[in-house]
Amino acid sequence: MASNFVHLKRIRVLPGFKLTLGFTLFYLGLIVLIPLAAVFWKTATLTWPEFWHTITMPTAMASYRLTFGASFFAALVNAFFGLIVAWVLVRYEFFGKKIVDALVDLPFALPTAVAGITLAALYSDHGWVGQMLSPLGIKAANTQLGIFIALTFIGLPFIVRTVQPILEDLDPELEEAASSLGANRWQVFWRVILPMLTPALLTGFALAFARALGEYGSVIFIAGNIPMKTQITPVIIMGELDMFDYGKATAIAVVMLVVSFVLLLSINVLQWWTNRYNTNNLA
Amino acid sequence: MTPAATTFRSLPQVVHRHTTSEPPAVRRVLIAVALVFLSLFLFLPLVFVFVQAFAKGIGFYFETLHNPNAWGAIKLTFITAAIAVPLNCVFGVCAAWAIAKFDFRGKNVLLTLIDLPFSVSPVIAGLIYVLVFGAQGWLGLYKNADNPHFPWLANWLNEHNLKIIFAVPGIVLATIFVTFPFVARELIPLMQAQGRSEEEAARVLGASGWQTFWRVTVPNIKWGLIYGVILCNARAMGEFGAVSVVSGKIRGQTNTIPLHIEALYDDYNFTGAFAVASLLAFLALITLGLKTWVEHKNAALNEIEISK
Repeated sequence: MASNFVHLKRIRVLPGFKLTLGFTLFYLGLIVLIPLAAVFWKTATLTWPEFWHTITMPTAMASYRLTFGASFFAALVNAFFGLIVAWVLVRYEFFGKKIVDALVDLPFALPTAVAGITLAALYSDHGWVGQMLSPLGIKAANTQLGIFIALTFIGLPFIVRTVQPILEDLDPELEEAASSLGANRWQVFWRVILPMLTPALLTGFALAFARALGEYGSVIFIAGNIPMKTQITPVIIMGELDMFDYGKATAIAVVMLVVSFVLLLSINVLQWWTNRYNTNNLA
Repeated sequence: MTPAATTFRSLPQVVHRHTTSEPPAVRRVLIAVALVFLSLFLFLPLVFVFVQAFAKGIGFYFETLHNPNAWGAIKLTFITAAIAVPLNCVFGVCAAWAIAKFDFRGKNVLLTLIDLPFSVSPVIAGLIYVLVFGAQGWLGLYKNADNPHFPWLANWLNEHNLKIIFAVPGIVLATIFVTFPFVARELIPLMQAQGRSEEEAARVLGASGWQTFWRVTVPNIKWGLIYGVILCNARAMGEFGAVSVVSGKIRGQTNTIPLHIEALYDDYNFTGAFAVASLLAFLALITLGLKTWVEHKNAALNEIEISK
């Protein structure tokens, strides 16, 4: 290993390694790592009972349940419809397909505040969709359903964009082999195609879920932010900040950060799995 | 336009049936399900923004945009993006150069750390800068007492009257944080795939480091760079949560466009809010258009690469 390293160093003809890596680490440290470390520094100023009391207070506990639940179901709905959208975009031809394909990324491109006020107005009792739902007794504005709708909107592209490339690269010979061996179309999908899409589906699901957990802008307008009912965790942090209670805000932020880091780690493992599957298919 | 209706008419004629395709009825149902889902969640909100923006006529629309507070928000948004995007661009190129052209230990850790800002909630992205620069923060100015952590830095900020939180620098910093990975994550896989042989050849033939970079690397990564910049810019101009924490929300001074939208909405000036929102929705459409165009260009280039 050591001799290998020396060897690499000798034949290095490209310049700028120290400069670019140095700047990368400096900038990363200044913008991301040092400020993030401040969260853990601030938490350390709290005593353990203070910290525990803050992160387990009833409004916070209710917000975790809501944030996790709504994010989970939004990601689940997106996994189902996202797979259909990806399938349709890859396998079928129809009028306006290119425009539809481009618009799938709208939730990435549309600022969250715009999405927030739009969904809130659409689903309010007088809004285009809200007035159709209210005779049915369904209320989306200021309810948990509204939060679910907003999170579904922002998570929509993740599944489509992770499944789409894998579906494009699938070897048609596998499907042909399965059907020539007597499998019907549903069996081919269920037994051959879906298992190959599973890593990508899980990755997309995890990405959509992770994004939904931290989402703020698109949710707050439709949610109404009623304590214990429709307050997501970022809103709790915002509330503590508005009262200049930085200790409490930071304690809850630590809970969110730890969850996101664990998710980030599992997404990396999933992506490695996806890529492995993909290169196996290509080989 | 009702996408579902046009679809049925324009389905292509299936000339020969593969063993690996679905019956036409199943296809139609799947296409209809996809389009209904997308219409409800994407097209309808998009149309709604523009309809609401002009609900009180074109006069009211331009009146809202001509308001000094709106104008201040537009200016601040452009200034913020004009600082954040180039900085993250330089960072992206540096990171991609170091990671793609050289081997070193801890590369995977570095890659994960670069992606880190994407997994941090926007509200927390704002909070961390409050913890560093805020009144009780690391570099904060404690009332009637010296900062116990970094007195010289805090005093320096104080002497130069540099206010960061609830002021423009805080907004810029929070925006840099949330848009941090965009350019880097486009360029790193691209430059890794391209390898280092072309640059090495240029060097062996006598080109200097800068010549190699400008004449060999930049033309190769041009489209990836543009792609990253487009996405980075869209997020920089549209960021809401992080900026909302550090801005202080002084109208006309520390409100960006998304914060101005919130202010108008909270005033129950819904048409005004949608009028300003239509600017960002328009930006989103331009972003999607440019993105598709770059992808198209890139796909053409990739096909040449693969056929080699």
